[in-house]
Amino acid sequence: MLQDYTPVLLHVIIAVGFATVAMIANIVLGRTGKRNPTKDSVYECGMVPEMAGQPRFSVKFYLVAMLFILFDIEIVFMYPWAVVYQDFIAESGTIILWSMLSFVLILLFGYVYAIKKGALDWSR
Amino acid sequence: MNILNVMMQPEVFLVWTSLAKSIGLLAVILGLVSYTVYAERKICAWIQDRVGPNRTGIPFTGIRIQGLGQPIADALKLLLKENFIPAEVNKFYYYIAPKLSMVPAILVLAVLPFGSSLFGIPMVIADVNIGVLYVFAVSSLGVYGIVLAGWASNSKYPFLGGIRSSSQMISYELALGLSVIPVFMVCGTLSLPEIVLWQRENGWMVFPIWAKGLTWDLILSGDIGAIAQTFTAGFSLQRILLWVPMIISFVIFLIAMFAETNRAPFDLPEAEQELVGGYHTEYSGMGFALFFLGEYAAMIAGSGVIVTLFLGGWSFPLIPDGSLPGIPGVLAGLVNIGVFFAKIIALLIFFIWVRWTVPRFRYDQLMKLGWYVFFELALVNIFIAAFVLAYIK
Repeated sequence: MLQDYTPVLLHVIIAVGFATVAMIANIVLGRTGKRNPTKDSVYECGMVPEMAGQPRFSVKFYLVAMLFILFDIEIVFMYPWAVVYQDFIAESGTIILWSMLSFVLILLFGYVYAIKKGALDWSR
Repeated sequence: MNILNVMMQPEVFLVWTSLAKSIGLLAVILGLVSYTVYAERKICAWIQDRVGPNRTGIPFTGIRIQGLGQPIADALKLLLKENFIPAEVNKFYYYIAPKLSMVPAILVLAVLPFGSSLFGIPMVIADVNIGVLYVFAVSSLGVYGIVLAGWASNSKYPFLGGIRSSSQMISYELALGLSVIPVFMVCGTLSLPEIVLWQRENGWMVFPIWAKGLTWDLILSGDIGAIAQTFTAGFSLQRILLWVPMIISFVIFLIAMFAETNRAPFDLPEAEQELVGGYHTEYSGMGFALFFLGEYAAMIAGSGVIVTLFLGGWSFPLIPDGSLPGIPGVLAGLVNIGVFFAKIIALLIFFIWVRWTVPRFRYDQLMKLGWYVFFELALVNIFIAAFVLAYIK
């Protein structure tokens, strides 16, 4: 079981190794220029940068991330359900469909609530 | 002790064959990425009535070969550029972000079956039974690279590009994850090689109407009656009705993949007019190159997933038992690998075509489309498939 993942581990090593070697090759081979204050400053189309580099941003991004986690867990629940679906129906009938439908309906209340609260309305 | 005996021991054999497959696949992907960039520039030029890159050819000879040397020259240029680190950045995360965005794209390829078998070795790096879950788990990791790049650059444009991009990617991941569920309901497995085998017998997932027993021999023989017989023999109302959720799945998955890989018309994180370069504005040299590579590798991996789930994977169409008549084993294995990459290249060209045809979305439109339209449609689609499988025979 776990040895199925040995090739994945080797693949990770190869991918990370390639990225690291490429970075190091660039540091070794790349030319190094002189530094100066203008070059060191952040890029803002030639203007002198003002204020902090990480400005305040809309709280909507947090809301989207939280809603994502909620609904992503719902999706993970549906995967094993989908895999056994046809076998289950052949054995013990359509109860599997109705139970999943009720589960999704409960989550749908949360979805409607989020929409009503304007969590996904970016024009406000 | 004979070295060949050591090599053939099961554990050692597994290690060196998977290493060989990993390195081979990485080499193919790197080549494919460079020439996708070339194809992108060339096709974009044709669409805009320009010539595109046509100068770079073989060095020191003056032979131009339609600019085919351009990708190699670009790679060399990026390798030799200064790897400049601005003074304000958080160095650790600044260094690690490009790798974090490139490595997951490469890792997705570990579970994609890219061919049947060659010398008895299955042409998939890791045959894990939860292949699709692995694909989604790993491809979500790409968000970290983008967020960290935006945050560590300590600059306003990359920061905005980074949070926009992550927010967009996680929104469309919902649609992506939901849209493939009907496929598993039909196949009853999460293993990608098994899904390909299922499609080889029953027809591609986007054309589930393909009759069992329809082969090239039959088509070439021109016997209309026998061909019609295969259609009516495999006919059932369930098969026809399943076409509806499958097509919806395919379309949602394809469009969500555009958003996942930050391609036009969903390339807001890189909207040049508002955000300069997006999250990689402060990067130079190989850091920039790795982001670029990661983006195109993600596109190739995404196309690979689409091909595997919906377009029959490595299987040559209309050959249910997988045998290619008149072609010996090793060559047949190579043909299957070729079929897989041909399908990927066709999809890549479609990606490029869309990018230079469709204008960019506005940010609120993009989020609205993801959360209101695709999320709901994908959810309803699952229950369409469920009802068809449960009640219609």
